[in-house]
Amino acid sequence: MKMTGAKIVIESLHKEGTEVVFGYPGGAIMNVYDEIYKQNHFQHILTRHEQAAIHAADGYARATGKVGVAIVTSGPGFTNAVTGLATAYMDSIPMVVISGQVPTQIIGTDGFQEIDAVGISRPCTKHNYLVKDVKDLPRVFKEAFHIASTGRPGPVHIDIPKDATINEADFVYPKEVYLPTYKPTTKGNKKQLKKALDALKKSKKPLIYIGGGAVLSNCAHEIRELAKRCNIPAVETLMARGVMGHDNPLLFGMLGMHGEYAANMAAYETDLLISLGARFDDRVTGRLDEFAKGAQVIHIDIDPASIDKLVKPDFPIVGDLKNVLESMLEALKEIELIDYTSWVKELTEYQQKEPLRYNESEDGAIKPQWVIEEVGHILGNRAVVSTDVGQHQMWAAQFYPFSYPRQFITSGGLGTMGFGLPAAMGVARGMKDKVSVNFTGDGSILMNIQELLTCTEYELPVINIVLNNNYLGMVRQWQTLFYENRLSETDLSIQPDFTKLVEAFGGRGYKVHTKEDFKIALKDAVESKKVCMIEVIVDRLENVLPMVPNGHALNEMTLLGDE
Amino acid sequence: MNNFNHYYDSEEIRRVVSVIVLNEDNVLSRIVGLFSARGYNIDSLTVAPIPQSEYSRITIVTNGDRRIIDQIVKQLNKLIPVLKVNEHQNMIEKDTVLIKFPIDQDISNIDVIARAYHGSIQNVTEDAIFVSATDSPSRVANFITVMQKFQPLEIVRSGVVAMER
Repeated sequence: MKMTGAKIVIESLHKEGTEVVFGYPGGAIMNVYDEIYKQNHFQHILTRHEQAAIHAADGYARATGKVGVAIVTSGPGFTNAVTGLATAYMDSIPMVVISGQVPTQIIGTDGFQEIDAVGISRPCTKHNYLVKDVKDLPRVFKEAFHIASTGRPGPVHIDIPKDATINEADFVYPKEVYLPTYKPTTKGNKKQLKKALDALKKSKKPLIYIGGGAVLSNCAHEIRELAKRCNIPAVETLMARGVMGHDNPLLFGMLGMHGEYAANMAAYETDLLISLGARFDDRVTGRLDEFAKGAQVIHIDIDPASIDKLVKPDFPIVGDLKNVLESMLEALKEIELIDYTSWVKELTEYQQKEPLRYNESEDGAIKPQWVIEEVGHILGNRAVVSTDVGQHQMWAAQFYPFSYPRQFITSGGLGTMGFGLPAAMGVARGMKDKVSVNFTGDGSILMNIQELLTCTEYELPVINIVLNNNYLGMVRQWQTLFYENRLSETDLSIQPDFTKLVEAFGGRGYKVHTKEDFKIALKDAVESKKVCMIEVIVDRLENVLPMVPNGHALNEMTLLGDE
Repeated sequence: MNNFNHYYDSEEIRRVVSVIVLNEDNVLSRIVGLFSARGYNIDSLTVAPIPQSEYSRITIVTNGDRRIIDQIVKQLNKLIPVLKVNEHQNMIEKDTVLIKFPIDQDISNIDVIARAYHGSIQNVTEDAIFVSATDSPSRVANFITVMQKFQPLEIVRSGVVAMER
């Protein structure tokens, strides 16, 4: 059947099971929007900025595990989307982003709203397409969804010139992809696995180091099983929060720059580091030549390029984590391991000696960590927690009791301020039975504040909790610690009235100074089912601790009271 | 025991890498963009379609330590249109150079030396003498050095093509 390119776009999304699309129309993409108007396969959510459309699709993808979809127009529409693409790319999030392009005959003439979109998106997407011929559209969509969601996932960008949305072609959606050049390795090498298990047999202090890949591979069950069956302690990266579950006795917390003392000491003392879908990011390892210095390394990852990039593992295994762990658990049935009780005990002692904690403030100001704990206490498993970027992000990672993977939605690799609210919007749309909570700061929230309106329009009850310290807190912390307190451009004393602001956008606002008021506000916010903003005035000079200063080893932590 | 990158051989090496890619829009920019984005070097690059196929061969001469070369191969392999990456160990390499000399230079000497480098005079016009030579890259480099005394007006090198023995 002949169809216009625009209709083919809609039908292709329908074939891929898309239930929601986030986007913003414009000249070059108008034909597609005209078809969106006529269809009823999926909901379209109009964000108020293209960056937010991408983050919303991203948050939706992170929370649901499905492929997120966003549509933008050419030129500025697309350049606004780039931050969202880069954010998703750094954290390997499966997404398909469609952009309009000027008509093919205009391409290259500096036409109105023209930009070399595929040129710009190349370094921040897993793959991209410029579809000049309408006949290619079904194949490209099939490939795009396949590439986005297989192997190491990532965003795929499809740029479509306006004439290709008008021209007609037969619509036959391919059943299978034909990509002879793209074949991700999913099964781990058995011999390599055996060698790794032999090393495990000899190890006295093995440590499971869990990265974001564990979330993407949906293998939390297998990891918990591995830890439990062998009694091996585990640590999580920021991106892996929730994989082990906060109440798991074998979890020693998050490691890295703001990791827990026990987790960082575990990484320092282990003799066998079992890296599962982690990539040895510099925020995790601290000084690299001191990281897990005495350890052999088993590195399991689906991306061969992640292996050997920073650390040369003794036992590299390329494959999908879930597959490899299944084989590993099978093989472990026949293996006798050393009893690691004393190693676990050693770490437990570290944890008791230096637990995550904070001091109450002398003047009665609310501590930001308390707010996180309190939300965890009240909402716990019911909430899916998003964050922006900064101190509040680290406190959320440290103090929220995460119980399951995909419960914590945060921009890890790129560290994108302005991510939280739109991502939480995507979460609210994708996880209707959960409460979507966004912890944010007084700096971050202003970077995509216009999305409060989108929340109102589409009844997405995101609860934004603004930890207001009137600073760009994380930068202020560094300035205090490493720049002799020269607070260059981080004082945010001049601020809008957040309560009025959210009310202007049709939501509810609360400004709280006391713990009692916060509890009342949170309860009211949850019950209201509206987009809300709870502005909490917190202790201005609170620092995120522990902290491993830049260029130091993980055992050289600044702890509470050391500042 | 230590697992970290300073344990790699940090000696700079020259490597010739062949990349077999699908002939599609943007494919060359993907390859070149990867090198610039990750800070790798390209000494020379040649591209041509592989006869009777939907693929092209890109031959890249690069340099870096062992870790960088390994990453180049892996990162290239990650690109969707890349079919195969071959880091050549034992190969035949050829480079071609075209040199233009002023007409008043000693044509017979130029001819004799060019022949020693598998080259010859290709063309002579009213103003200039044109010579080409095809040889291994190091010999082509020598040839260019030797030819300096004839005051070349312009020198054009093709870049390396290579084939595994």
